[in-house]
Amino acid sequence: MDKFIRLTATACPLDIANLNTDQLIPAWFLKLPRSAGLGTALLHDLRFDVDGRERPDFPLNQPAWRDARIIVTARNFGCGSSREAAVYSLYDYGIRCVIAPSFGDIFAGNAVQNGLLTAIVSDDDAATLMGLLAEKPDQPVTVDLEQQTIHCGDQTFRFAIDSVRRARLLNGWDNITLTESYMDKIAVFKMADRARRPWATPSH
Amino acid sequence: MNEPLTLFDKLWAAHEIVRRDDGEALLWVDRHYVHEGSFNAFSQLKARGARVAEPGLTFGVADHYVPTRGSRRIIDNPDIARMVRTLEENTAEHGITLIGLDDPRQGIVHVVGPEQGLTLPGLLIVCGDSHTSTHGALGAYAFGIGASEVAHVLMTHTLWQRKPKRMRIAVNGRLAPGIAAKDLVLAVIASIGADGATGHAIEFAGPTIRALSMEARLTLCNMSIEAGARSGMVAPDETTYEYVKRRPYSPKGTAFEQAVEAWSALTTDDGAEFDRDVELNAADTAPIVTWGTSPQDALPIDASVPDPAREPDAARAKYLREALDYMGLMPGTKLTNIAINCIFIGSCTNARIEDLRAAAAVLGGRVSKVPGLVSPGSSAVKRQAEEEGLDRIFRDAGLEWGESGCSMCVGMNGDVVSPGERCASTTNRNFRGRQGPGARTHLMSPAMVAAAAVTGKLTDVRPLLAGRKV
Repeated sequence: MDKFIRLTATACPLDIANLNTDQLIPAWFLKLPRSAGLGTALLHDLRFDVDGRERPDFPLNQPAWRDARIIVTARNFGCGSSREAAVYSLYDYGIRCVIAPSFGDIFAGNAVQNGLLTAIVSDDDAATLMGLLAEKPDQPVTVDLEQQTIHCGDQTFRFAIDSVRRARLLNGWDNITLTESYMDKIAVFKMADRARRPWATPSH
Repeated sequence: MNEPLTLFDKLWAAHEIVRRDDGEALLWVDRHYVHEGSFNAFSQLKARGARVAEPGLTFGVADHYVPTRGSRRIIDNPDIARMVRTLEENTAEHGITLIGLDDPRQGIVHVVGPEQGLTLPGLLIVCGDSHTSTHGALGAYAFGIGASEVAHVLMTHTLWQRKPKRMRIAVNGRLAPGIAAKDLVLAVIASIGADGATGHAIEFAGPTIRALSMEARLTLCNMSIEAGARSGMVAPDETTYEYVKRRPYSPKGTAFEQAVEAWSALTTDDGAEFDRDVELNAADTAPIVTWGTSPQDALPIDASVPDPAREPDAARAKYLREALDYMGLMPGTKLTNIAINCIFIGSCTNARIEDLRAAAAVLGGRVSKVPGLVSPGSSAVKRQAEEEGLDRIFRDAGLEWGESGCSMCVGMNGDVVSPGERCASTTNRNFRGRQGPGARTHLMSPAMVAAAAVTGKLTDVRPLLAGRKV
């Protein structure tokens, strides 16, 4: 997994609350393997009309934001379905950081598994950031995970992230490799648990 | 005297293998359900050359892509056929029991798990599907996970988690006739919001919950995720034990008695603290329908569509305008004046036998004014409904009696609502495009969907129940 330490890039404002994972990647794309690259599927039905033409007014279709690597958005981003392909589509499009007041729990967990930073700011700060970007679309935004700060123009905002997720992103750590060092403890637990909860094993 | 604990505290503690100083804990998984959508995780396994750690605790169910209309022998769409076949191959390769397309036990994983006795009180259950919260209805800790976590569970049968906060939703008062668990949970979501329970594990408690059937509890816990909670749960009781008893995979004989003894400790102790308490009076609950594009956009059936012009908050007004635009609704329209094009009765939320009975009680001797599909939650539910003659009621009303699967709730198998069409649906998500590109979804209970079918518009079911046995 790629590390995330610091990023300076174009940021696209998406002022939509409760932007759920069905919007991030509609269900009919979920048959595709990751290797196909899911960037074109990102926000498909919001970016394109029913005939497949770009909707010119959608922020990601505007010239200043097409190559955005950061999204600034409203609360409850990534709620709904557990589909990890929502994260794949963001990542494959080029997005490395989403800034929002809150995230769906499953989405936020999936994001960290793939090196995508979910930075939590207040509702007011998210609105201010989106306002700054609307005024001056091409001004770069810097997200610093070590400092937990966001710089935009002459303004600085603090963001929150779970400490474990922060460490994993900074180091590019992989959970499975970590868990392999606990295999002995898992085996001991399993033995004791079978005795303690014999009913927990399926009977047939 | 030990510190009083919540049900959730007890479930968590029983599965904690280690807890690191940073607060994350490694949890033991009792049941892992996989479906066609889990192929990304099996690919990760393959890339690492890894094997499934506990094939005996892992169960595959074909539900997301299986056909639910017409013949199931041949799947015309090669991409959909490949999804079903890939699950068969992955489960066979790793020695995982598959409840596949042709299996008489087949159905939606969140219906099949409890039905087969795989889901039990006290278990930690995961599945790569957000509606895994459903299984908490039996007093289990159950939550949805993403593909990377599915891969982690396949390889280690454990998962790293930070303990969520605890929320209690206490419900008092009697549910009036015609009011269902769906109305209750939509009322909760409308009240606390689609992110009202984010970061929390919900326990549904109180006398109203105790009086609910297992089917109703499954509906409640199913929709926990629509309030943002990864898990919802109900403490096990006699209703639970009666439901679990004699299921194919549940403990038998003295093992069952020992299990009940252990399960009966799975209650919230007096004085245990929750991070948040929410109270609801069921007696105040009317039939609820959604009007917008989030489950929180829910109102009693006698209300009207909100008017953005009357909304003082600019961001909220913008949200309302966009939702109404997508839904094709005029501000201030009475909900009962909204005409529908079709209905769907199905999904892990509301396709169990009680749900079908509730819909049939309204539809009996009546005709649906719109086309619609009834997809039973499992093949076992389908057989039982047919034994009870419910299929005849649906067919005589002009509705299609289909097979079991996720079907038109998510549209992955090709069963979709056409663009611009309006569907009264027993499902869980009224998101834009959820039931198909451009589809407009109104969520409600099975009885309310049946009422909408009878009148062709959103309708209060209660007058239609007069003189009927429900």
